[in-house]
Amino acid sequence: MKLIVGIIRPERVNQVRRALEELQYPGLTLSDVRGHGRQKGLSQQWRGREYVVDMLPKVRIEILASDDEAPALVQAIVESARTGDIGDGKIFVLPVQEVVRIRTGDRGDEAV
Amino acid sequence: MRLTFPRGRLAKGIAVSGLLLATAGAAGAVVESTALTQTAAMVAAERPALDFVWTLLAAFLVFFMQAGFAMVEVGFTRAKNATNIIMKNLMDCSVGALAFWAVGFGLMFGRSATGLFGADGFFLSGLGGDPWTFAFWVFQAVFAATAATIVSGAMAERTKFASYLLYSLVISAFVYPVFGSWAWGGLFHGGGWLEKAGFIDFAGSSVVHSVGGWCALAGAMVLGPRLGKYNGDGSPRPIPGHNIPIAALGVFILWFGWFGFNAGSTTSGSDPSIAAIAANTYLAAAAGAVGALLTSWLRFGAPDSSMSLNGVLAGLVAVTAGCANVGQGSAAAIGLLAGVIVVFAITFIEQRLRVDDPVGAISVHGVCGAWGTLAAGIFATGGPSLTAVGVQALGVLVCFVWAFGNGYLLFRLLAATVGLRASAEEELGGLDAGEHRSNAYPEFVLTTAK
Repeated sequence: MKLIVGIIRPERVNQVRRALEELQYPGLTLSDVRGHGRQKGLSQQWRGREYVVDMLPKVRIEILASDDEAPALVQAIVESARTGDIGDGKIFVLPVQEVVRIRTGDRGDEAV
Repeated sequence: MRLTFPRGRLAKGIAVSGLLLATAGAAGAVVESTALTQTAAMVAAERPALDFVWTLLAAFLVFFMQAGFAMVEVGFTRAKNATNIIMKNLMDCSVGALAFWAVGFGLMFGRSATGLFGADGFFLSGLGGDPWTFAFWVFQAVFAATAATIVSGAMAERTKFASYLLYSLVISAFVYPVFGSWAWGGLFHGGGWLEKAGFIDFAGSSVVHSVGGWCALAGAMVLGPRLGKYNGDGSPRPIPGHNIPIAALGVFILWFGWFGFNAGSTTSGSDPSIAAIAANTYLAAAAGAVGALLTSWLRFGAPDSSMSLNGVLAGLVAVTAGCANVGQGSAAAIGLLAGVIVVFAITFIEQRLRVDDPVGAISVHGVCGAWGTLAAGIFATGGPSLTAVGVQALGVLVCFVWAFGNGYLLFRLLAATVGLRASAEEELGGLDAGEHRSNAYPEFVLTTAK
């Protein structure tokens, strides 16, 4: 099992969700995060003085997937979250050691 | 049935209290009915009812400006200090009201032998039963509160709360009323040397706004800048406000209340000049917004919200002195120029003087108050005269020396005794947590600026 963790632009969340709905996914978690990659950040101004915002708002999306399903889900996220500009984000695929469904106590593949 | 302790004691206590209250009520009713008969006669003889209605209505509008100041200051500062800013705004008008009742009003409007300060009417005592006294006091008290609350913005995010309370007491009891007595004492029982010299400040560009603005300058200077405000080379770093819509709401509330501030200063329900005064007020505010918008747009490359909002206030402050003796075109010009001036003043004070003023209070109230006071002479209908403008300039200078001088001494004294500035840890973690052990937005994760 894999945990797909994507850091994407907040304004692409709806596209990503629509793309994921076409495939089967067991569930997802969204959180609001801030950060940056190798880009320099945005320049804004307050009362005539420039300042750099380098902790940019992004959305973190987490989806559990079986080993077989993971590549298709990753590709769906990549295609729907991409704008072509710096700041599109990244996806990390992590191996999962254990999954438990809280309501029933199921473990392993049954809990996915 | 016998009542057992403690219900017996309780019952007896209630009975005795009830008897005392009834007696007091009866006595009060007798006194009151006599007083009412007297006051009804006085009212009929001296002041038409509409004077009371208009003056008090205007006073309530000016009181609502406290909400305006609070929202502007909250919006232009950081979330971690929101509770503290609210508390300072709440308490400067509360402590101020009591101080102005006890001491300030008497100094400002009491009978004056020298033209330097009044000496009766403390606690509103000895003024007879004339109800106009109370209407006039309420109206003046909310003006005093306006002056006092100007300073909280310039001293935001790093001032010890207890020190601020002490400052509120002193400005409302002494600094504001004494200068006020020089310019406005004659409106009641007093008479000041400045007004006798021909000084015009109809609703208080100097008396209220410059007094507050120069005290704010003194406070911000003695305090020093917020941590992280200036780089090592002295260049300023922006510390953006956390809620522009709230700041804008504050400005709209102030704009609304200002109609009471200016037009209400006729204190007459039968003087149609309130209409032209209101028109002047509106035009100056609008022109101030446009002036600041254009200036900031040209200088900084984008139409700036906080500058434009400050522009509205600059226009209002500036027209306050002359709103009753200038024409509409002049009012617009005064406001427009104030909008331009305020943008330059804000950057000058921040970058050249290196004084950290989180909301621009010094520029809006001090600088534009001075401009407006001069403008009342320059744009007077009938044309400017050298003596008129000269007296205005004298008033501007005297106001600065009095307000800044007293403010500076007071803040230095506070710094040396109870301490003026919050500790570095309190400032970084937020005054809400440090001073009030609370959080204005407990459901949100607050972040600290660099």
